[in-house]
Amino acid sequence: MTGIAAQNAQSVIEAIVKAEWGRVISTLTSICRDFDVAEEALADAVLIALRVWPVKGVPGSPRGWLLTTARRRAIDRFRREARAGAAGDELAALQRLEAQEASDEAGQPIPDERLKLIFTCCHPALSLNARVALTLRTVGGISTPEIARAFVVSDEAMAQRLVRAKAKIRAAHIPYAVPGADLWPERLRAVLAVIYLVFNEGYAATSGAELIRQDLCKEAIRLGEILQHLLPSEAEVRGLLALMLLHDARQPARCGALGELMTLETQDRALWNRPQIKRGLTLLIGALARGYVGPYQVQAAISAVHSEAASFGHTDWSEIRLLYEKLYDLQPSPVVALNAAVATSFIEGPAAGLSVLAGLEDGGALTAYGPFHAARADMHRRAGQGTKARKAYKIAVRMTENEAEKNFLRARLTELPVT
Amino acid sequence: MKYIFLIHSAENADPRPGTPEFDEMVAAYGAFNREAAAAGVLRDGAPLQGSQTATTVRSRGGKVTAVDGPFAETKEVLGGYYILECQDLDEAIAWAGKIPTAAYGSVEVRPLMDMV
Repeated sequence: MTGIAAQNAQSVIEAIVKAEWGRVISTLTSICRDFDVAEEALADAVLIALRVWPVKGVPGSPRGWLLTTARRRAIDRFRREARAGAAGDELAALQRLEAQEASDEAGQPIPDERLKLIFTCCHPALSLNARVALTLRTVGGISTPEIARAFVVSDEAMAQRLVRAKAKIRAAHIPYAVPGADLWPERLRAVLAVIYLVFNEGYAATSGAELIRQDLCKEAIRLGEILQHLLPSEAEVRGLLALMLLHDARQPARCGALGELMTLETQDRALWNRPQIKRGLTLLIGALARGYVGPYQVQAAISAVHSEAASFGHTDWSEIRLLYEKLYDLQPSPVVALNAAVATSFIEGPAAGLSVLAGLEDGGALTAYGPFHAARADMHRRAGQGTKARKAYKIAVRMTENEAEKNFLRARLTELPVT
Repeated sequence: MKYIFLIHSAENADPRPGTPEFDEMVAAYGAFNREAAAAGVLRDGAPLQGSQTATTVRSRGGKVTAVDGPFAETKEVLGGYYILECQDLDEAIAWAGKIPTAAYGSVEVRPLMDMV
């Protein structure tokens, strides 16, 4: 095979492996009851695939092939350990593997165990960083170096994070299970929080961001799709997916010709991904129909109102304010109050918005929050209060760490009339 | 597998002996002990006397020193412990949540090493 053909084959195989990784590893982990054993067995199978598939072609069921081959490797390993005098756990695992192999050969379907995997990875006993890393690695099938790059840590640091997470699961006996009814709402929220965190990591990095950050949004959406497939009747799962699709649909317009940050006000809405918006809206309507309206659905609804406005000037700010108030009822937070104040500034004018902000400032919760000062600056600007606007923009510039945002705020500063 | 439950609370947050709140707490712990015993999970447990009764001992180079006070001066102090045998961490977490002090303090849950 030529170099190019070989490289294509490798990419094709890697894409297939990534797509099937979560499904296969969740089944293997269920049987082996050990994350490391399952991962090593599947990694071995992948190495074999990379050697054999370019020659013999991709099998009709790559998932079945990977599972069978990985299971074989695990069986061989446990048999070796049994001969060397293995403990009861390993013998039990061997029995389960052999039983599944037999049932597989008899044509019985293999259950999708990804829910167990997702809930285990997102267990509250693991640190948030650990949950994110483990979910991306095992459910998403993303390589450790790629995850490291996405979160701007070294490969070794990310590898260590995964090792520690798996060690905690083992040592503390975090169960490999789907939680029961009483724990369900809290645990599902934990899973959704992990997926949304991944999305925000990708989304918050603005214009000029490396492709890796955009890929994070795609990965989060992919995880959301998997969860929605596994839990079709959960309103908030659908709501989160809708939210991510609606936000992500604006990506093509978020970066200007010079790589600068484009806000909702200045984005070319013709660049928005309309089919994706339509899909997001359909999902949102489906979610709302289930009769349980949670925070993700409300946030999706807010995004939908923006998406449906032909231009910034056509935005239905009254609807948006109503939705932020609803969101505040569900999740009282100063940031939500801030966003409601911004809506007020567009409904009743910047002076009204500033008056709400003054009230929020008293609490002190927002003084350390850059976007608060940016919002305040913008309202002063719109109210023709150049001096106050200048002061607030300067604070906002100091407080933001994002280069593109800094540039945007600086540009606004220079646009202010000279006093 | 066995887990230890290390019960911490701010010392002035615990009810004082002689108060009705104290009697309620004693009753609540009694109920917990009975429930854990009936479920077959209780292996050991005891309240500790106050941190002012603590002595911290170190042995360095063969020399043993004893110092007044707990290991670390913290806002929440260790006030008691349980050892329960649980199937997995979720079961342990459920039991920890029932410990009366969990309502206003913290319970650290840690697996014991399998010393087979």
